Amino acid sequence: MAKIKYIEHSGKEHEVDVANGLSVMEGAVQNDIPGIDADCGGGMACATCHVYVKEEWFNKLPEKAIGEDDMLDQAYEPNSSSRLSCQITVSDELNGLVVHLPEKQI
Amino acid sequence: MINTDVLIIGAGPTGLFCAHQLGIIGLKCEIVDNLDKIGGQCIELYPDKPIYDIPAIPECTGEELTNNLIEQIKPFSFNFHLSDRVQEVKNENNKWFVKTLKGKEFLTPNIVIAGGVGSFEPRKFPTKNCEKFEENSVLYSVKDKTIFKDKKVVIFGGGDSALDWAIELSKNSNVTLIHRRDEFRGAPASVERIKQLQNEKKVELFTKYSIKDVKGNDNLESVEIKNEEGESKTIDADYVLGFFGLIMQLGPILEWGLNIEKKTIPVNTENFETNKKGIFAIGDICTYPGKLKLILSGFHEGALAARGCFKYARPNEKYRFEFTTTSKTVKGRIGVKE
Ligand SMILES: Cc1cc2nc3c(=O)[nH]c(=O)nc-3n(C[C@H](O)[C@H](O)[C@H](O)COP(=O)(O)OP(=O)(O)OC[C@H]3O[C@@H](n4cnc5c(N)ncnc54)[C@H](O)[C@@H]3O)c2cc1C
Ligand code: FES
Repeated sequence: MAKIKYIEHSGKEHEVDVANGLSVMEGAVQNDIPGIDADCGGGMACATCHVYVKEEWFNKLPEKAIGEDDMLDQAYEPNSSSRLSCQITVSDELNGLVVHLPEKQI
Repeated sequence: MINTDVLIIGAGPTGLFCAHQLGIIGLKCEIVDNLDKIGGQCIELYPDKPIYDIPAIPECTGEELTNNLIEQIKPFSFNFHLSDRVQEVKNENNKWFVKTLKGKEFLTPNIVIAGGVGSFEPRKFPTKNCEKFEENSVLYSVKDKTIFKDKKVVIFGGGDSALDWAIELSKNSNVTLIHRRDEFRGAPASVERIKQLQNEKKVELFTKYSIKDVKGNDNLESVEIKNEEGESKTIDADYVLGFFGLIMQLGPILEWGLNIEKKTIPVNTENFETNKKGIFAIGDICTYPGKLKLILSGFHEGALAARGCFKYARPNEKYRFEFTTTSKTVKGRIGVKE
């Protein structure tokens, strides 16, 4: 289990407990946190689960999936701290993770 | 005006199998899809990827599944209306009047929405000012390449569409290609070709840049690009092309007075009817307790929705349950000779 903080573009924060094995995307969707659409349900085919992860956490995350960067090309305003939240699996190590949501997903 | 028993919105796996079930029970349908091809997510998002959980098919790709579904409904010769989007739905004397973006009109007692997560639309530039030039000089697809002759064209994207058009248009236009990182997801041969064209000064290439703004009064004049270090550049442009893949948008479906819950349509699980009589929703777009967004669930939902359509399409007849194996009538419908 990990406590994850999702910060909306407006600055509004949501902190929730997410069970190990779920993705950071599922943590948001199951807790009704707005700002993550996840249209393809985690299939890495839509880039609407895009989040920004600041440097202190970015390097601690499991590596990007093969093809994740290709999908991020299609995201809304991606940059070097972008990740697809459906590709980040929650584990105890991610306790305290903070992700920032983009202004919009499409 | 086309009269039909059922109008199906969406030619994904769910819509296709529902069409089959309609054919089996003797109803006619017309199928509309915004994509230029049949198959929904399976064909657009993962044609080459294997699927392992279609009952009785240990493994098949998205494309194979689609082809098999098409084959299965061939005997019914249903009409497909592709590259067109259902825009308007309204009630007219207890029937549904349906109009598409291209102006096609249907009158039907039943609509089956098998719209997935929405219609596939090109992903657009985040920049607000782009809207002003959209369809004139800011484009997301190429319909007529002759308009670019001797013009300054700025192309954004890193996939095959962006690379292929940069290569093609570099023959007769002044092309700049812009991509947000150094790696391209397009075919390696195309990436090689682009680098070669760059060396020959036939294509100008900027990586690690993205769009910042577009400038111009009546006509587009230039595009401003930025990198993550905050530096920006201005590039003269007659046309800007963006190739960022497709996204799915519910769009018009939201305006038909249907209940919507988290981008999905609640239905009853008896016949998958929505809050509107004669409008059914199946597949990824519907929701009910326990809903799984799987193709196999969509098939089941389509079978029940088809029976639900029967009572409105044939109010004076009684639906009879029959097996395809043993029913003469059904075999007749699919053209099997005994
Ligand atoms: C990468 C990936 C892998 C997957 N793997 C599996 C798997 O292994 N097994 C499995 O069971 N499922 C899998 N799925 C999920 C499966 O593809 C979907 O559940 C399925 O495609 C849903 O089918 P559908 O017919 O309901 O909708 P879709 O396939 O989404 O088709 C809907 C169609 O409706 C059209 N449409 C929508 N609105 C309109 C409108 N207003 N006018 C005209 N057309 C419209 C759209 O353009 C689209 O073509 C996967 C999905 C992805 C992305
Ligand atoms: S949910 Fe679609 S890419 Fe992550």
